[in-house]
Amino acid sequence: MSKDDQILEEFTSKEYEHGWSTDIESDQAPKGLSEDTVRFISAKKEEPEWLLEWRLSAFRKWQKMKEPKWPNVTYPAVDYQDIIYYSAPKQKKQLDSLDEVDPELRETFEKLGISLEEQKRLTGVAVDAVIDSVSVATTFKDKLAELGVIFCSFSEAVKEHPELVKKYLGSVVPVGDNYFAALNSAVFSDGSFCYIPKGVRCPMELSTYFRINAANTGQFERTLIIADDASYVSYLEGCTAPQRDENQLHAAVVEIYAAKDAEVKYSTVQNWYPGDKNGKGGIYNFVTKRGICAGDNSKISWTQVETGSAVTWKYPSCILKGDNSTGEFYSVAVTNNYQQADTGTKMIHIGKNTKSRIVSKGVSAGHSQNSYRGQVQVMKRAEGARNFSQCDSLLMGNQCGAHTFPYIDIENSTAQVEHEATTSKIGEDQIFYCTQRGIDEESAVALIVNGYCKEVLNQLPMEFAVEAQKLLALTLEGSVG
Amino acid sequence: MSEVAERNIVLAGFNDRFENLDDSVSFHTHRRDAYDSLCETGLPHIKNEEYKYTNITKVLESKFSTLDKGNSDIEPAVLEKMTIDGLDVHKLVFVNGIFSSELSDNGMPEGVKIINVAQAVADDNERFLTNFGKASATNDDAFLKLNTALSEDGAFIEVEKNAIVSKPIALFFINDASKQSLYSSARNLIIAGENSQSTFLQYYMTEGNEHSFTNVITEVIVGENAHTNLYKLKNNKNSAYHIGTTQVHQSKSSVFSSYTFTLSGAIVRNNLNVASDGEGCETHMFGLYVLDGNTHVDNHTAVDHIKPNSYSNELYKGILDDNAKGVFNGKVFVRQEAQKTNAFQSNKNILLSDTSVINTKPQLEIWADDVKCSHGCTTGQLDEDALFYLRARGLSKDSARSLLLYAFAIEVLENVKIEPLKVYLESIISERLHKDF
Repeated sequence: MSKDDQILEEFTSKEYEHGWSTDIESDQAPKGLSEDTVRFISAKKEEPEWLLEWRLSAFRKWQKMKEPKWPNVTYPAVDYQDIIYYSAPKQKKQLDSLDEVDPELRETFEKLGISLEEQKRLTGVAVDAVIDSVSVATTFKDKLAELGVIFCSFSEAVKEHPELVKKYLGSVVPVGDNYFAALNSAVFSDGSFCYIPKGVRCPMELSTYFRINAANTGQFERTLIIADDASYVSYLEGCTAPQRDENQLHAAVVEIYAAKDAEVKYSTVQNWYPGDKNGKGGIYNFVTKRGICAGDNSKISWTQVETGSAVTWKYPSCILKGDNSTGEFYSVAVTNNYQQADTGTKMIHIGKNTKSRIVSKGVSAGHSQNSYRGQVQVMKRAEGARNFSQCDSLLMGNQCGAHTFPYIDIENSTAQVEHEATTSKIGEDQIFYCTQRGIDEESAVALIVNGYCKEVLNQLPMEFAVEAQKLLALTLEGSVG
Repeated sequence: MSEVAERNIVLAGFNDRFENLDDSVSFHTHRRDAYDSLCETGLPHIKNEEYKYTNITKVLESKFSTLDKGNSDIEPAVLEKMTIDGLDVHKLVFVNGIFSSELSDNGMPEGVKIINVAQAVADDNERFLTNFGKASATNDDAFLKLNTALSEDGAFIEVEKNAIVSKPIALFFINDASKQSLYSSARNLIIAGENSQSTFLQYYMTEGNEHSFTNVITEVIVGENAHTNLYKLKNNKNSAYHIGTTQVHQSKSSVFSSYTFTLSGAIVRNNLNVASDGEGCETHMFGLYVLDGNTHVDNHTAVDHIKPNSYSNELYKGILDDNAKGVFNGKVFVRQEAQKTNAFQSNKNILLSDTSVINTKPQLEIWADDVKCSHGCTTGQLDEDALFYLRARGLSKDSARSLLLYAFAIEVLENVKIEPLKVYLESIISERLHKDF
């Protein structure tokens, strides 16, 4: 028997041994990725046949794809066969009081000004009976249901609203869109689903509920937001608190569909583990986010504050298909130590009189590399398209780098496209001005950086903006001098 | 598999020409190295980021399968077409990439040594051999290798220390495509000595109606404190293909200015790579492209700031009409050591028709913190308010438009330091802009 046959034999017999292709008692898929893993996940989640087929087609496409090498980041190769693609939510060790929590983590919470109850929730301390997060969540849910807003986990949506999921899943980010999107499509574990019916203005930031209820969304998250005609929703993802996640690779997909006159505002604050001071460890954040302004006069706005992750690869994009539709992208990306970020956006103008605005602020400190990569494309028929892009970089220290890669492709003579970018450091005169007035250097830097990022931070919902400001200062701690 | 097969079409085409070169000269090792390296990598296709928008290899494959050198009996009268009124130059003429002593001016301006490359190669000229490829050492562009592998002739110009050369040295490149399609590849080397001042003009023209392909490299080594100006002008036929690479190496306190004007060409690719390798270097790059018909221009520029306290400024503007396609890629690198660098870059475009296209990518890559770098890029059309203002004052729509376009172009033109050349370019451009309306 040749070696190949032997491996094959071993492999197949092993499969039999556990019998996991039919029997779904186990809570964890074996390591590695194969068609059987995909089937296992699908079976485990009791998914309908069409979704399994959808996953499989994604998997087959993924097999033929190559990991992209064009981003301006370097990281050791990921072994996709060494990952457990499905495991039931881990039961965290319940702590009895906050005193048991890592003091360093607590200190961070203090600085961010996160409430005690919130701290307990984030660290997994048993929550006091008085503050019943479940009941709070239920109250929200009732209120939303009254308006017809559907907001639930992805698995729930597959069961309760299969027609909606089937119609929109993969309509913005096709299964074979890119390497990580294909991987996500094949193995996504869960995520959130949101549907706003016609003419409804969602009365609350969808984060509130999200933050209480769905903290552990996992590694391959899938989000689908559908805003029907003339509806409005503001959606918040992530949180400012540091996330100590064990998973090294994160490949999420977010799809937004905005129908006629609809408006979707999507804000992200990402503060995953960036690795230690020497660049060891940390999360790889490879995310595909895209929204389509399918109907006329629709609007999608992305706001992101990226401070975590060792490697970030993320381009929230807008396809401006409907006439008069608008796309916006506001971003603050802060990198310190050995972090690397390659982030930006794509604005694809297809409809007439479409508008887009890009404001990107990068701050690099330590040994980090921060890149803006964006594309503005005006198609032949996109008459009267208008774009304004601004991407500024701030460098702190002489070991870091800031890079800009804007692609501007124009095929229509009525388009007006502007792009400007600057790179500089914090002026010594600015620091001097602050220190002269009794502000120490570190706070001065935080103050100046906050001012620099204000344009983006202003786009965040109130409660988040305050936390994000503190987060910026915290990320840059120790980068001065 | 198919990729290899595709490479071979072009490589087979120039194999004969390579084999016919004289392999007894020591220069041949350069050619041999480039040839071997090119055989390994092949020519770039659109999957290559640098050639994403410009598929020039395809043109080579479909129209220049033999890379013919061509032969020519060009009349001196042709040169008159390239005469610029009132401009006194020292003239060097190259026909199909080969130096023509009959058409060129005799003698040498004071303080300048001029030898044609074929002569320098035959003589094993030591200055030539030691400086050849120095400015392009880091460039592994396939067309640069293709040029090196087939380089036979060109200009080798050395400006002596402290020499101030008032008369511009003009290099006229004429491709005679009246009998057959041809591929020419001139290779120039310019060494500007310390404290010298000199101006060079490169003018490209094609005669005849067959296809013509130019792949020219000019290496410029700018010595300490030297001031060097390089003008490049292409007023080719719209059937001519052109790849021109200028490789510049600047030493301490030197000033280098480049002016690139592209007024026609089926596919034109201008590469300008500047290594700012000394403290206090100044680099100016100006470009203007005014195109109509089925033309395509691709300007790739890169400035690499290696040492501190240097300055670079770049301004490229374009007006595109009909099916013209414009590509701009400007790179600015600031290395970690290059503190206190000031680098500015600007690219502005006007699209006049719905079938014209612009792809622009201004790129900054910065590793030093104490710098001031910025780039700006706009694409649009004429300002309605400005048009209204002029029309309200009695200008016809057409003349108002051409006036505004002319004003748009003049921002680049006014930097031209040679007055007769400026007048010459202004007349070509204003004629072009009027014709369109």
